[in-house]
Amino acid sequence: MAKGVKPRVKVPKSASAGETITLKTLISHKMESGQRKDSDGNVIPRSIINRFTCDFDGQNVIDVTMEPAISTNPYFQFEAVVPSAGEFKFTWYDDDGSVYEKSKKIAVA
Amino acid sequence: MTLSRRDFMTVTGCAVAFSGLAALPAHASLVDEQIKAFTGGAEIGQGGIELDAPEIAENGNTVPINVSAPGAASIMLLASGNPVPSVATFNFGPLSGARAGSTRIRLIKTQDVVAIAKMEDGTFKMTQATVKVTIGGCGG
Repeated sequence: MAKGVKPRVKVPKSASAGETITLKTLISHKMESGQRKDSDGNVIPRSIINRFTCDFDGQNVIDVTMEPAISTNPYFQFEAVVPSAGEFKFTWYDDDGSVYEKSKKIAVA
Repeated sequence: MTLSRRDFMTVTGCAVAFSGLAALPAHASLVDEQIKAFTGGAEIGQGGIELDAPEIAENGNTVPINVSAPGAASIMLLASGNPVPSVATFNFGPLSGARAGSTRIRLIKTQDVVAIAKMEDGTFKMTQATVKVTIGGCGG
């Protein structure tokens, strides 16, 4: 597991049923592109998060395939429909096989 | 045959210009290949997709990009001037609100960012934006 990976998500505490809300996610990760060289001229091996998904109670919201051209500390902002009270689950997949997860509940007011 | 200096410059100048031209399609084909792999060779229409990118990015390491295409099933982003042109592909699920997404990308130099949307009816839409990069990303 890459060091210092910390996922952060911003989900409103409540919404009305059927409302479209904006979600923001940020995960600290160095996203080594595999293009850079160290001071000895050796290529630093690629180490990135290659996939990000967001689900709401098992139903998919967004599934992003990521390439090395995504910046350090990948940030995503997107919109989701809230059909009822439930839980958003965010998942990041690392090149080294690690999976980072974060869940946030949302209430329907 | 004697070659004047002027003749020499014309000939070599042309040769350089020509080799420069020849080098271009070699890189453009990388982007074309990516587009072909995504669309399967289908025709690509214009309009119906919006790509928000800064005109001038001071730091190529984090360039904010916002793409939206109402009715899209997925959107692919390409950076035509990067060593690896593919950037990301957004696949929208059943609970996706607006078919839009924002992220931050790396650009090595001034170039066109291309966005292609696959609509739910199977058609494709494309748009692009030129971003001027002052300091390139990707390290090096």
